[in-house]
Amino acid sequence: MDLSAINPILLIAAMIAAATPILLAAIGELVVERAGVLNLGVEGMMITGAVCGFIIAVNTGSPTVGFIAAAIGGAVLSLLFAFLTQVALANQVASGLALTLFGLGLSALMGQSYVGIKPPRTEATPLGPLADIPVIGPIFFGHDLVVYIGLVIVAGTWATLKFSRAGLILRAVGENHDAAHALGYKVKRIRTAAIMFGGACAGLGGAYISLIRVPQWTEGMTAGVGWIALALVVFASWKPWRVLLGAYLFGGITQLQLNLQGAGVAIPVEYLAMSPYIVTIIVLVILSSDKSRAPGSLGRTFHVSG
Amino acid sequence: MTTPLLALSGLTKAYPGVIANDDVTLDIGVGEIHALLGENGAGKSTLVKIIYGLVKPDSGVMQMHGTAFAPVDPRAARGAGVGMVFQHFSLFDALSVAENIALGMEAPPPMATLATRIREVSETYGLPLSPDRTVGDLSAGERQRVEIIRCLLQDPKLLIMDEPTSVLTPQEVDILFETLRKLKEEGTAILYISHKLEEIRALCDAATILRGGKNVGTCVPRDTSAREMAEMMVGSTLATPKAAAHDAGEVMLSVTGLSAASPSAFGMALKDISFEVRAGEVLGIGGVAGNGQDELLGVLSGELPCGNGMVSFKGGDLSTIGPEARRGLGVLAAPEERLGHAAAPDMSLTENAMLTGMTREGLARSGMLNWTKARGFAERIITEFDVRTPGPHNAARSLSGGNLQKFVIGREVLQRPEVLVVNQPTWGVDAAAAADIRQALLDLAAGGAALVIISQDLDELMEISDRFAALNEGRLSAPKPTSGLNVEQIGLMLGGAHGMEVAHV
Repeated sequence: MDLSAINPILLIAAMIAAATPILLAAIGELVVERAGVLNLGVEGMMITGAVCGFIIAVNTGSPTVGFIAAAIGGAVLSLLFAFLTQVALANQVASGLALTLFGLGLSALMGQSYVGIKPPRTEATPLGPLADIPVIGPIFFGHDLVVYIGLVIVAGTWATLKFSRAGLILRAVGENHDAAHALGYKVKRIRTAAIMFGGACAGLGGAYISLIRVPQWTEGMTAGVGWIALALVVFASWKPWRVLLGAYLFGGITQLQLNLQGAGVAIPVEYLAMSPYIVTIIVLVILSSDKSRAPGSLGRTFHVSG
Repeated sequence: MTTPLLALSGLTKAYPGVIANDDVTLDIGVGEIHALLGENGAGKSTLVKIIYGLVKPDSGVMQMHGTAFAPVDPRAARGAGVGMVFQHFSLFDALSVAENIALGMEAPPPMATLATRIREVSETYGLPLSPDRTVGDLSAGERQRVEIIRCLLQDPKLLIMDEPTSVLTPQEVDILFETLRKLKEEGTAILYISHKLEEIRALCDAATILRGGKNVGTCVPRDTSAREMAEMMVGSTLATPKAAAHDAGEVMLSVTGLSAASPSAFGMALKDISFEVRAGEVLGIGGVAGNGQDELLGVLSGELPCGNGMVSFKGGDLSTIGPEARRGLGVLAAPEERLGHAAAPDMSLTENAMLTGMTREGLARSGMLNWTKARGFAERIITEFDVRTPGPHNAARSLSGGNLQKFVIGREVLQRPEVLVVNQPTWGVDAAAAADIRQALLDLAAGGAALVIISQDLDELMEISDRFAALNEGRLSAPKPTSGLNVEQIGLMLGGAHGMEVAHV
C-alpha cells in the first residue's frame, strides 16, 4: 500500500465536493419535515433534477442554466407530491415512495438519448487571490459556485428558522397543525411552499451529481443518495448545522475510503465501503441523544374540521 | 339603550345532518361578562368559532359597534379586537412561551421587546410567566396563562373563553376571576363558556342558553339558581346523584409505597404513594392535570410497571399482572384521553366494546371473536348510558366528546368491576349527562365495588367521594373523609396556587 499517493489537500477539497449533493438534498428535506411533511420522494426528485439539469445544460451549453432547470424540475415533481398529500390528502409515506419510483422511471425515459454525452464543464468560482493562498486556497476557495450555494442555503435555513417570523410560522405548522390552523395560518399553503423548496434543493443536488461529480448521465445514477439524505435529517435531529456536519462526515469518509482503496490499504473493500454509513450514524446518534425530537405533526395528514 | 359591542342576529350554520346554530341572536355589551350555556352539542363551539372567524355562517349578520362585522379568518377577527382562549389549548409544545405568543399576534415586536412586554402584562394581571420557558414543560394552568396573555397583548375588546377553569385549582380560579373582573373594569367584554354553573353565577352579568342550536332564553345568573339554569339547558328537570347509605367492606385495592417513573418526557414521576380503598367506598383523588394522574392510572390499570408488592388486590400482588389479566380479576380502568387511549378513534363502537369487554363479558372464545355478542354489549352501553349515536357501527371518532365519554365510562361500569379506576369521568360532559355518570358510579359503589375517581373537578369529588386525597407533583396527601372538608382546606391540600398571586394594579 502506498498512502503517499494521497494528496491531503486534494482529498479535503474532494470531500467537500462529495458532500454537496447529500447536503443540498438533506437541507431541503429538513425544511419539508420541519413543516410537518415527510417526503420520502427525495431520491426521485434528485434523479429528476439530475436529468433535467443535464439535458438543459447540454442543449444550452451553460451549466448555470442547467442547475436552474434542475431546481425547477425537482420543484415541479414535488408539486405532484404536494397535490397528492395536501389536496387529495393521500398518505405521505405511500405518496413519497411512489414519487421516488416515478422519478426514477421518468428520468430514465427523459435521459434515453443523453447517455454517453459529456456535459459542458462547470468552472471553479473565480475568487481571485483567495484561491492562491497555499493549502487553504485549494481546500476552500477552489470550488464551483454550487458548493457555496449549498453552504449559503444551510446558513440561510438556520437563520430563517431561528430568527425570522416566517421560520417561526413554518415550525409552528410542523409542530401542531391544528393549533396553527386555529390561529389562522394557511397550513396547506405553507406546507406546499416547503415541499417545493425541498424539491428544488433535491433537484440541485441531483444535478450536482450529473453535471459535476460524475459528470455524465446514467440511469439511476443518484444511487441512494436521496435515502441517505433522508436518514441524515433524522439523525441530525432536524437541525441545519448538524445536517452540514453529517453530510461532510458522510461525503468525507466516502471520499477517504475511495482513496484508501486506491492506495491498496489491507482492509477488505467491503469494510471500507460500509465505513461512511457506520461512522455517520454513530456520530449523529451520539449527538441526537439530547432531548430534541421530531416535529409534532410530522407525517400526519392535515384535515380541516369544522 | 347604548349600542352593544357585538350584536349577532339570526346566525344559522348547518353541517350535514345537523343544524349547529339555528337563528341565534345575541348581544354583548361593552365591559359585560356574558355566559354562553348549553349541553354538549348545543352549538356553543360553533357559535364562538363564527365570531372568531373560523367558521362562516350560512346566514345571519354580526355587527360590532353598530358596523358590519364578518371576519373571513381568525386574523381578521383578531384585527377587529376579538381574542380567544381555547378549551384545547392551541399551543406548540416544542416552542417557547414568547414564540407561542408571537404566533398569535398580527405584528409581533422583536423577541426581546416581546419578552419585556410579556413580563409587564403578566405582572400587571398577576399571571407570572417566564417568556423563555418551553411550553411543553408548563402545567395546564400555566399554559392557560400563555393563551390569556397572548390575547391581552393585543388589547382585545372581546375575549372569548371556552371552559377556562376546567384545569385550574380553586385558588387559580379565584385569580383568574380577579383578572377577568379587572378586564371588565377596563371595558373588555368577555364571552364565557363553562359547565360550572356556580362559577357563572359568581362571575357573569348575563347568560344566554343554547339548546339544540337555538337560543332558548337568557337570564341574569346572579338571580337564577344553578339548578334553574341547568334545567333551562336540558329542557327538563334534573336529578341530583344520590349515594345510598353503605358500610365500607373489606380492603379491595391497596397501594403501598408506590414509586414509578413517568414514561413521557413531560410527565411526572410518582413518589411514595400509599392508600387503600374498601369495597363500597369511593376515593376521590384531586389535583391539577400533569401532577401524576395519568401515571397513577397507568400503574393501577397495569399499563405501567411498578415494583413488587406496591399494588395489591384483595391481598394478592398485582404488580406483575398485565392489564388484560387484571380485567379478568375485576380491576378495571377508564383513562382520561378518550381518543387514542380509552377508545381507538377509527374503530367502531362495537370493536371498542370488544377491546376491553372481551374477557369479562365473554365476547371471545378460544381466540375467536363473537361479534354478535359484542354488538349486543355495545348496544347495551348505548341505551343504558344514553350515548347519542346512530348505532354501534359508527366510529368512535364520530361521537362528540361528551357522548364518547359516556360510552367509555359505561363500557367499564357495565362490566361489573370490583375495582374501577376512572380518570376525569365527566370531563367535557354537560350537566345532565355528568349527573347520570356520577349516579352510575355511585350505584356501582353501592353494589360493593371499590372506586378510585381521579378528577380535576373538585365539586364532583366532593359530591361523590367518601374520602378525598390530593395528588401534587407525584405525591399523594393522606386521604381525608370528604364530609367536613371545605374548599380552603382542599386548595391547601392541592399545594396552593402554583405561584399565582392576585392582580395588584
